[in-house]
Amino acid sequence: MAKDFDPSGRLPDIYTNAGTSSFTQFLTHAAPEMLPGRRPLPPGLAGDMAPHGTTIVAITTAEGVVMAGDRRATMGNLIASRDIEKVHPADAYSLIGIAGTAGIGIELMRLFQVELEHYEKIEGIMLSLDGKANRLAGMVRGNLGAAMQGLAVVPLFAGYDLSPADGAKAGRIFSFDVAGGLYEETGYDSIGSGSLFAKSALKKKYRTGVSTTDAIRLAVEALYDAADDDTATGGPDVTRKIYPVVMTATAQGTHRLSEEEISAVAEQVVAGRMENPGG
Amino acid sequence: MQFYASPEQVQRDRSEYARKGIARGRSAVVLTYEGGILLVAENITTLRKISEIYDKIGFAAVGRYNEFESLRRAGVRMADLNGYSYDRRDVTGRGLANAFTQTLGAIFSETQKPYEVEVCIAQVGASPEADELYRITYDGSVMDEPGFMAMGGQAEAISGVLRDEHDTAADLQTALVLAAKALGSVGGENGQTRTLAAKQLEVAVLDRRRKGRTFRRITGDTLTTLLGHGAVPESELGETDAAPPNPAEDKPTVSAAPVADAGKIPDDPAEPADDTNGDGS
Repeated sequence: MAKDFDPSGRLPDIYTNAGTSSFTQFLTHAAPEMLPGRRPLPPGLAGDMAPHGTTIVAITTAEGVVMAGDRRATMGNLIASRDIEKVHPADAYSLIGIAGTAGIGIELMRLFQVELEHYEKIEGIMLSLDGKANRLAGMVRGNLGAAMQGLAVVPLFAGYDLSPADGAKAGRIFSFDVAGGLYEETGYDSIGSGSLFAKSALKKKYRTGVSTTDAIRLAVEALYDAADDDTATGGPDVTRKIYPVVMTATAQGTHRLSEEEISAVAEQVVAGRMENPGG
Repeated sequence: MQFYASPEQVQRDRSEYARKGIARGRSAVVLTYEGGILLVAENITTLRKISEIYDKIGFAAVGRYNEFESLRRAGVRMADLNGYSYDRRDVTGRGLANAFTQTLGAIFSETQKPYEVEVCIAQVGASPEADELYRITYDGSVMDEPGFMAMGGQAEAISGVLRDEHDTAADLQTALVLAAKALGSVGGENGQTRTLAAKQLEVAVLDRRRKGRTFRRITGDTLTTLLGHGAVPESELGETDAAPPNPAEDKPTVSAAPVADAGKIPDDPAEPADDTNGDGS
């Protein structure tokens, strides 16, 4: 795995030196082949070869943030997966959702999780929320080459800021572009193919300081609207009992809503749409 | 003039040098209890002797700070690399102990100055019997020490106290009081015992009931209460150390950094950082 092992059996210097606190920096020396964005791609567009994940929404609340993602992955006109999970905890206080090429997105997310944990263990302290977002922006930037060939991945990052400049804004959302641009969003944001519809739905319903419970409902409603108009986004699947993944990040840390909690919300939303399909 | 020194003499000199260096510092103990593994070091600085390596693996060390810190970094890097390339379950304490013993052994036999460190790799299991404690010493020898171990200058005396009273069925408070008593059993004036206060101890546990990252530090009021003389049920202490909550089911990523400490400057920056001087403490 690690190149140039010392014949004496000592761990190579790259392991023991004071060096960097970043796991990706460490990988560039110890095992560069494991880094995304380091693999040569043959020319041509490869966008339809691999499954794509779709819509993620994030909403800031009075207590922190809520992030939700639908469960569909598509490959061209096919549904590649009905129950993919695209929203994950990045660490104890932050969440990451991915849209775009699923394989690359999952790899990016795993690497980012290790990156945050690694820094925390080496330094004995967590990165600041801005530090985490900047780090993720750098990782997205590294994928630009693949993105230009159709294998783009764009994350959405949200978290609870443990030491915010303004106490009222502890829940924060960061969005990215394929070139690694980092933008802090106010209120709410969405990424993925259904984001246009989800954002339009949130624009009408979102109010500053919404409670977490209400925000969860808003997020599921927004995903429903996205699924309504975007074929690549999956709505709540009541027959198979597949519901969106909804996570929160608050002062108590990250929390994923249990199957019962989310099915209750999703069924209310579906029941509401039975009466009024437009929400 | 005689330039020849026999290999035995060279090894003996290096051993003696390393042992003297280690003996100058304060000690650390690691012991299993009913709820996990307890790691306690006598340490008045903000520099850590105890650290998290991976989900179920903790690290404790005594000796020269710069030397065990480089081993600790190597351990974290190795564990994260293995966990990233395979799976989180594939990172084992034995693998790390092997890497450390190779490294320390090579340094001992090949370089002029051996590392003056003694390191413990602790891996928490589902029950006290499944816990693994490895002691790795300056010359690269590794010992599997079930139950408890003491490292540092007067490890023998400290081990003696632990051997008499250690009980794997003890709760956290009992185990912590025992650890503090063992550490305080040496180093007093005229062979007297000492009573160690919360601020003299660095304490962490690998909590076998937690999912994912099991390591958490016990600091501040929780530590004082646990060390104190009143009985406090463990259930009431719960998350009062401001450790982050358990992660969502089967989602192992959770931080072990105490919230209260995140982003906060140490209380007393003027406190002597005796560990930094490489004086073996």
